[in-house]
Amino acid sequence: MKISWKEYQKDIADDHYYYARSCIRQNFFPGSEAAFLHILGNDLGRDILDDARHTSCTGIGYHSDIVPLDTIMTVVARQFALMTEAGYENFVSSCITSFGIYSEALEMWHEFPEQEEKAHEYLYKATGREFKKPKNLAHTSDIIFHHRHQIAAQAKHKLINVQTGEPLKVVDHIGCHYAKIFPKVGVGGSEFPYVLSGMVEAWGGECIDYPERRHCCGFGFRNYLVQANRGCPVANSKKKLESMAPYKPDFIVANCPGCTMFLDRWQYAISEMEGTLYGQDGHGIPVLTYEEMAGLVLGYDPWDLGMQLHQVAVEPLLDKMGIEYDPGAKYLGKNGKFIGKPEDSLIGCYTK
Amino acid sequence: MGKYFDMLMEDVRMKEGLTACMNCGICTGVCPSAEFYNYDPRQIVDTVQTQDDRAIEELLKSDTIWYCGECMSCRPRCPRGNTPAYIIQSLRSLSQRLGFFVYSEKGRQQLALKRTIGQNILNTGYCLMPKLIDPELHPEQGPVWKWVYEHDRDVFERFGDNYRQEGPGAVRKIDDQSMAELHNILKVTGCDDFFDNLEKCSEQKAIEMGFNGADEEYFRYIYTTDNGSHQ
Ligand code: SF4
Ligand code: SF4
Ligand code: SF4
Repeated sequence: MKISWKEYQKDIADDHYYYARSCIRQNFFPGSEAAFLHILGNDLGRDILDDARHTSCTGIGYHSDIVPLDTIMTVVARQFALMTEAGYENFVSSCITSFGIYSEALEMWHEFPEQEEKAHEYLYKATGREFKKPKNLAHTSDIIFHHRHQIAAQAKHKLINVQTGEPLKVVDHIGCHYAKIFPKVGVGGSEFPYVLSGMVEAWGGECIDYPERRHCCGFGFRNYLVQANRGCPVANSKKKLESMAPYKPDFIVANCPGCTMFLDRWQYAISEMEGTLYGQDGHGIPVLTYEEMAGLVLGYDPWDLGMQLHQVAVEPLLDKMGIEYDPGAKYLGKNGKFIGKPEDSLIGCYTK
Repeated sequence: MGKYFDMLMEDVRMKEGLTACMNCGICTGVCPSAEFYNYDPRQIVDTVQTQDDRAIEELLKSDTIWYCGECMSCRPRCPRGNTPAYIIQSLRSLSQRLGFFVYSEKGRQQLALKRTIGQNILNTGYCLMPKLIDPELHPEQGPVWKWVYEHDRDVFERFGDNYRQEGPGAVRKIDDQSMAELHNILKVTGCDDFFDNLEKCSEQKAIEMGFNGADEEYFRYIYTTDNGSHQ
């Protein structure tokens, strides 16, 4: 049996990536996708293609059981065909659900070669395209993990509380489909996931090991998407939040855009329903994407990173890290135009 | 072997997901849905491995197969290498193909998923879009999302210039040729027929339940109803 994350190492390509956006990330964290491309292209000097032609992987439909297996497999084949045609071999997905879908297709084609034949046939019939499988498949967090020391070397801020000099205490949430489907495709496998904690350690923070660390955020596709079922996801997120709160985390960093959004929004819902706030000093616990975490470390402006789109106010964390920001610029759009301001709420407001 | 078991075994996920269950219950122990619902994935695996037609038909018509959130937490933990979630995915596919999904409250919700997520894919090429996440239907999204929703163009342009326009960028408009290819894929691979069948079975059931058909009222009913028997 493999006993530590070091035994679950995966190969991560070093350069020349084909980038596939995510429905969830682009909707809720457009600044994170922009930051990822900027970090890769500008800070790390890597080549990455942002192709306008790819579609959703249809993963949410598949895991809600309305998109058949043959369909999603062929959608995946089309994305691979676009990658092939553009001259790339390293496929990078910006979504954990998607990453699980691409991994599942590759594994299935390996186990059942007749399925791969079928995917070629369907794709050719539907689009006239042909595909090659990627040489390397990675999630966007794998790419940041791969470059974590290079990012540390360029750091403007560390994950350190500037008032106390102590490392920030961080909850890492991996997202089920990253490694629970195929442990070998995730850094550290499903029991010792290291993809986020590796970044946290490299940038000066400290990860909290709390009882429900591996528990699902509760999303559960149909369990959230149909209104009648939403009790299930909020109950599971609450279980996690209650389990982590005694360790006083300074922030949560999540791998999957869905989990990031839910752990943020359910804190709002719980605060409105029962007045509970899981953070310190009357605040919620800020929930970050790893692109936001990397962006802050590299000195990006929090509003360029899109952190004003979070429901849980992020300013307490910015203050702890000693990051300067302009509160007056939080709701400005392109060219400094004022966009208006969200209504106040217990968990969304921050005054120094 | 039973005929339903044979039909299930045509799905590669069954071949991959079912070896032999020893009823240890570990899958149930880690399951977030079992945490909330009166639900035990172990029993599903156990019932399916009996290959008993009557028992499997009952399962296909029940709420039981619809509680799973497909998180896959059960997969790496099963000491026998089963994947309860794969078995459940196969059961759900078959239940919809045979029209058995309309027999249960949770099963009937499949029409709502088809009309939201399925329709989004058909119309936009994405599973979701900012304008499709209406704060009225999603109060849990909170006031910041409401602000994004109401000022979508201004907010998204802050992070790139291509909101709902062709070319690369977040929430871009997918070009016509790519949309046509996506539609062809849905047609060639049977997704269109699958959607039509969901509509047809739901229409019949809705009338049987006293609605005028699978109309807006029926949609709202299946989208919001919880008869309180699930926990
Ligand atoms: S998994 Fe989902 S969110 Fe991610 S790209 Fe596919 S459909 Fe979009
Ligand atoms: S963990 Fe595996 S062997 Fe144990 S009850 Fe579940 S499916 Fe059966
Ligand atoms: S995949 Fe389904 S059965 Fe398995 S642990 Fe998750 S919710 Fe439970």
